[in-house]
Amino acid sequence: MEALLALIVGVLTACGVYLILRGRTFPLVLGLTLLSYAVNLFLFATGRLAIGLPPIIDRNLAETIGGYTDPLPQALVLTAIVIGFAMTAFLIMLALKARAELGNDHVDGRPDPGDRA
Amino acid sequence: MNLFFVILIPFVGAGLTGWMSRFGRTPSAWTAGCVTLLALLGLLPSAAAPFLGETLVQRWPWIPDIGLDLALRLDGLGLLFALMILGIGLLIILYARYYLSERDSLGLFYAYLLLFMGSMLGIVLSENLILLLMFWELTSLTSFLLIGFWREREDARKGARMALTITGLGGLALLGGFLLLGEMAGSYDLSTILASGDRVRAHPLYTPMLVLILLGAFTKSAQFPFHFWLPHAMAAPTPVSAYLHSATMVKAGVFLLARLFPVLSGTPEWSWLVGGAGLATLLVGAWFALYKHDLKGLLAYSTISHLGLITLLFGIGTPLAAVAGVFHIINHATFKASLFMAAGIIDHECGTRDMRRVNGLWKFMPYTATLAMVAAAAMAGVPLFNGFLSKEMFFAETATFYTEHDWGWLLPLFVVIAGMLAVAYSLRFIHDVFFNGDPIDLPRTPHEPPFWMKAPVGVLVALCLLVGILPMLTVEPILTVAVASVLQTSSPVHSLAIWHGVNLPFLMSIAALIGGLLIYAARRPLFALAAQLEGRLDAQAMYRWTLGRVIAFAAWITRHLETGSLQRMLLLFVLSVLTLSAAGFVGSGSPLTGIRATLPVDILGVLVTAGILSAAIGTLALHRRRLTALIVMGALGLLIALIFVQFSAPDLALTQLTVEVVTIVLLLLALYFLPQRSPVESSRATRIRDLGVAALAGAGTAALTWAMLTRPFASISDYFLANSLPGGGGTNVVNVILVDFRGFDTLGEITVLALAGLGIYAMLHDLRLQGPTQDADGRPWNWDMHPSIMAALTRLLLPLVLLVSVFILLRGHNLPGGGFIAGLIAAVGLIMQYLTNGVEWTHRRLSDNLHPVIGAGLLIALITGLASLVLGYPFLTSTFTHVHWPIVGDFELASAMAFDLGVYLVVVGATLLILIHLGLMHRASHPTSSNPMESR
Repeated sequence: MEALLALIVGVLTACGVYLILRGRTFPLVLGLTLLSYAVNLFLFATGRLAIGLPPIIDRNLAETIGGYTDPLPQALVLTAIVIGFAMTAFLIMLALKARAELGNDHVDGRPDPGDRA
Repeated sequence: MNLFFVILIPFVGAGLTGWMSRFGRTPSAWTAGCVTLLALLGLLPSAAAPFLGETLVQRWPWIPDIGLDLALRLDGLGLLFALMILGIGLLIILYARYYLSERDSLGLFYAYLLLFMGSMLGIVLSENLILLLMFWELTSLTSFLLIGFWREREDARKGARMALTITGLGGLALLGGFLLLGEMAGSYDLSTILASGDRVRAHPLYTPMLVLILLGAFTKSAQFPFHFWLPHAMAAPTPVSAYLHSATMVKAGVFLLARLFPVLSGTPEWSWLVGGAGLATLLVGAWFALYKHDLKGLLAYSTISHLGLITLLFGIGTPLAAVAGVFHIINHATFKASLFMAAGIIDHECGTRDMRRVNGLWKFMPYTATLAMVAAAAMAGVPLFNGFLSKEMFFAETATFYTEHDWGWLLPLFVVIAGMLAVAYSLRFIHDVFFNGDPIDLPRTPHEPPFWMKAPVGVLVALCLLVGILPMLTVEPILTVAVASVLQTSSPVHSLAIWHGVNLPFLMSIAALIGGLLIYAARRPLFALAAQLEGRLDAQAMYRWTLGRVIAFAAWITRHLETGSLQRMLLLFVLSVLTLSAAGFVGSGSPLTGIRATLPVDILGVLVTAGILSAAIGTLALHRRRLTALIVMGALGLLIALIFVQFSAPDLALTQLTVEVVTIVLLLLALYFLPQRSPVESSRATRIRDLGVAALAGAGTAALTWAMLTRPFASISDYFLANSLPGGGGTNVVNVILVDFRGFDTLGEITVLALAGLGIYAMLHDLRLQGPTQDADGRPWNWDMHPSIMAALTRLLLPLVLLVSVFILLRGHNLPGGGFIAGLIAAVGLIMQYLTNGVEWTHRRLSDNLHPVIGAGLLIALITGLASLVLGYPFLTSTFTHVHWPIVGDFELASAMAFDLGVYLVVVGATLLILIHLGLMHRASHPTSSNPMESR
């Protein structure tokens, strides 16, 4: 399973990196969203993978501390997901603002394809 | 305790004075004056201590681990400087009231001046070296504000910038020197350092430390070759020059030499560096002062020269030289401050300071002229004025030096030359300005200034005379205690008398006076010579050149990295990350796969992985067809939630699900206003290159993830697992971490969320966007967008959704859920109303004013945290209890739930704020919106 997760993180990163290298704002937002998926999964994975061991304390076994997955990365990722949404929202609004003020959706505010390498 | 207030009062008073200026100029001046007097009064209770031979140290621990205490010290030297800073400051405040015109903001000026005064007091009263350095930097900053006070003038801005650059660089060197010194002495307290001179001087790093500290002192005190900033600082208003360049700013450097004299002096390095710099500065300053046609320029270079004199005295290093040095610090402060003020009066009355035009003012302002002439005579070292006494002591020291060293006769020779030049430029100040014919083409007709503008000059000039005639009765006591603290022993026997008989120093004085007269008589050929020499050996040109190279280099870097192309910068960024991490991989040498056992692959895992991979690649492949790509990416996000489900993270799965819904709705709304297709812009080669970079980045992260997952690790989470129930009162450890253990982080995060929401609100304000009338394939947009069945269903669902969200909120402490998830669920329920019933319909029923919701959420979270502070626990400590409710049964009530409620409100508020206001943009771009349910 670890190999599969590593593969997922790798492919999400690759797709994300390719998309943020595009010249228009919308693919950039898509790319950043993919990258944040990859980062969230990676952060989550720092607690290592466990199946069927949610970090919900069983009151009957409250004295033992074994038998649960690592809750800390989960708490980190939970807020990261929400903040990631705020970031995406801010970015897409910037894109809209740029479109309205500059008249195009190029990341540098330049529409003509001629001077793009 | 009082020393602390002495320093604090000017800082607090600065704000007060600025505020008082709204009531007029005079109240502002009175406030500034009273603040200074108050600081002076605060000093009085301790003023007796130095005279009794005590050193007062007051200390409060600040960061003891790094040796930084709020430690203040009052000894003779500190007292002398504090009196000068406050006394002359008081006179400057009075003078500035009349000097500055109605156009200048007097309140701002006084505020800057008081800030500077406080910083200077901090330097002279610090016991701790690090503290001293902080105040040192503060004087650099506040003097920048003062020098650049007339910010509309380019020369003022340039002069301020130059002073800041030079003294700032010096401050950096000084920090290094202080750190070395503190480590050598084993403490950053002056008391310890002053007592460990032998150890410091024997230390192998003595020389680098000395050079660094001297760099700081020399840049501040405008010693050659760093002297050039001072004349440029003359662009400041004259009260500033009179204050900074007589008694305070530039004296900070020589103060430091005096302060560290017992530790650093007594080595050949000290003598050569300090003495050499002092002698060079003395001569260079005196030479340039002679041929400056600008009145303030003359005074600036003369200040440089006198600072060189003081530095040279400390460089000579004998106890008597130290006496002379401290004495000259006092004398120079009095006569130079009065001269600057006189120059300011002349500038104020004539409209120019050019000595080729300002002549014969004796007829117009005899009182000012008398005062200025007395001060200038003191500067020249004429008997009966204070400058004569310290200058003669100076001559005596150089004469002693001559008898004790080979080639020592050179020193008295140079010094006499400098003395002649000093007499000559003082003479020029008197003769050119007040006599020498009539004024030439002045912008204004000069007359005597207001009385209160002359009064400060009068006070200082009276001091010059009193000290000059009756030194034993006036200056002797304070001089003795100041010297005692410089030498850290009792003051050596010295005699302050006007007449010591006909000896070598007296002859040198006579020679200087006669030589100065001769030089002034021969000034015209000398001016011609100076004009020819101008521009050679110019330290300022070197400064300009260096600064120019640095700026050009920075511009070169910027030009090549910051090309204005985001794509290029991102590519560079990804490539650098790749290079750095590849270096890490290659250098490590350990195997990629660790020893941790892996989980067996199951069929669900394979299916989810296949789904995610195809969705990710699908998003990539379809990214030009934006709507399709977005839908594929939505599926991808849902599949990611499945990963969280599988690997024991129910909270994350719920969060991911709800966020995904909100994100896709948001992006769909935004996409409406953007082009529906991305054009092909990059060349094939570029795309292949980007694909290659992306593949490398993907391979790298995959390898990293694999390497990490196959390695065992020790987590700090055992603590959270063990204490979640007993300490936090909740069984859902993830939620307890969020609202309790790491509650402060969460508070920060919801603040970020709130700010993002408000930022977006601000961006959407005034934004006018035109939506498309047809889709990418040219079909007209269908306005019938509110299917009846869905509209009815969502209306029915709303109470249910809200109920679920409250349920998720309440159970979050013990079971998957919590404020974030509940907030998102509520937001989704409300957004659905907008989507299915239309903006118009929903907007009439739901307010779009969500700022109070966000504010209330933040406030609740903050109050929860503060409540525990009030009860004597650390910020955001939670408490819990169990209550028995009828019907519901045993119910746990935790204070963390209130915090979670705050989170909930912020999430609902921010999410809705973003989406609703974007949705409202649609209303503006739609012609009309028809709602099928409207009629019923």
